[in-house]
Amino acid sequence: MTDTPIRTPGLRLFPGRGRRRRSAGPSPIVPVNSIAGNALMTVVAIMSFLACITVGAVTLVQDAAQNWQADIRREVTVQIIPREGVDVAASVEQAIAIATATPGVGNVHALSEAENMALLEPWLGLGIDIAELPVPRLIVISINDPDVVDFDALAVALGAVDGASLDDHRRWTDRLRSMANVSVVVGFVVLALVFAATVLSVVFATRGAMAGNQQIVSVLHFIGAEDGFVAGEFQRHFLLLGLKGGLAGAALAAVLFAVVSIGMASLGDGPEGAQISALFGSFSVGPTGYFGALGVAFAIGVLTAITSRLTVFRYLGQVE
Amino acid sequence: MLLLRSAGSKQVFRFDNVGLRYGIGPEVLRDLNFRVEPRSFQYLTGPSGAGKTSLLRLLFLSIRPSRGLISIFGRDSSTLGQTDLPRIRRRIGVVFQDFRLLDHLTTYENVALALRVVGKPESRYRADVVELLNWVGLGERINAYPPVLSGGEKQRAAIARAVIGHPEILLADEPTGNVDPSMSRRLLRLFIELNRLGTSVVIATHDVDLMQRFPARTMALEDGRIEIHD
Repeated sequence: MTDTPIRTPGLRLFPGRGRRRRSAGPSPIVPVNSIAGNALMTVVAIMSFLACITVGAVTLVQDAAQNWQADIRREVTVQIIPREGVDVAASVEQAIAIATATPGVGNVHALSEAENMALLEPWLGLGIDIAELPVPRLIVISINDPDVVDFDALAVALGAVDGASLDDHRRWTDRLRSMANVSVVVGFVVLALVFAATVLSVVFATRGAMAGNQQIVSVLHFIGAEDGFVAGEFQRHFLLLGLKGGLAGAALAAVLFAVVSIGMASLGDGPEGAQISALFGSFSVGPTGYFGALGVAFAIGVLTAITSRLTVFRYLGQVE
Repeated sequence: MLLLRSAGSKQVFRFDNVGLRYGIGPEVLRDLNFRVEPRSFQYLTGPSGAGKTSLLRLLFLSIRPSRGLISIFGRDSSTLGQTDLPRIRRRIGVVFQDFRLLDHLTTYENVALALRVVGKPESRYRADVVELLNWVGLGERINAYPPVLSGGEKQRAAIARAVIGHPEILLADEPTGNVDPSMSRRLLRLFIELNRLGTSVVIATHDVDLMQRFPARTMALEDGRIEIHD
């Protein structure tokens, strides 16, 4: 370096004029690419993926349970038990009349002996004379609007018919509702655990990043940066990391949902497809699942930013 | 028009019976009594281990004294809260011996950092930063990153960062320690020019040749005690 005189523009040390610099915005104060940052983004992506899968699974089970409940609630059965002294045919007629007269009820159909036989065939085999067995007669009542039908009143009215009893599947629907609620609660617990693991990962990563960027923090302090400014810089850095990781995990989960959905659809009407369809309907996560995954991604991004901000403030308090 | 702020008539620093020890060790600084006046220029000198860096750390509020009173810009430093420190530090420019430039920022961005942290929009400081970089001879290096700068260039970038916020006092730790004699003279002229413009200057050095070439008030540290030579 030559000892050339330093140009001193008189007393105008800061005259407010100068050559324009490149127009791009200033670089982020916290370096964007670092090993710790990439590792954190990967962890966040994995957490987001797991959280999204949980959300998808919960919505799938909840939708399936609701479908089962809706199907079951749209049909009730009346049994006429052939006891001694009971005129089964007359009781069937009476029960049909009561059911038909009930508001909200659609089709009322008494199963014939052949239909009863077909139902029992898997257990009793062919060639059995059903007339010699005390097999109850079944009346299937289709419900147009489950909310209109007064099932209690219907049960009382049918109770007056000899040998008749109403099975409204309430026990099944209660169990299904319980199962669906449990699955939702379990899903939320898993989500909470995933969020907690994410927070802890971010705390460690932030502290690691702070230690790795100690010189930056130190320089910012000595040039008069307030803690809020330093925390804001790290928060912005981690918000971007969290959003990138969160969206990557959510995108991966969405792709998985779509692939599974397409795979299940490709099974078609075969026996496997019918089984899956019976259990899970279309096995499609639906808009709730996809929007839920997106929400989880943003929630993880924001959670990452807030966690890093609090961690930075605590770190700065210790440093000072 | 000179835009540097004046520190007014109050002392920039006042040390009364200040002592410093680290942990339970012996006092590394003891019974320090001195003033740093506005617009003054002084050297802080002494052999290695005499306590120069510790004294500088006290001056830029990096550490607190074990005893005694440090008054800065008329305020007792022990009463400064967490929110006061940034405002006080903005009135102090610091040039570290190891520069402490951020490697991922350009020379321009490193110098502008001091204005960026106070929330100024770039449009309001861009011209000033470029002008100052030209002034310290780094006009052609504004987009260079510190790893490719020479020692002297880094030193000038660090000085530019220290003065861009118009500090009332400049503290420089061995600012000529890493440069050749001609560059050290050049940098010293820069400090003298800044002092002429109103900034108090404290230069920690043990470059005897430099002090003889530009004589000024000297604060000599020896075994933790200070001796002032006006």
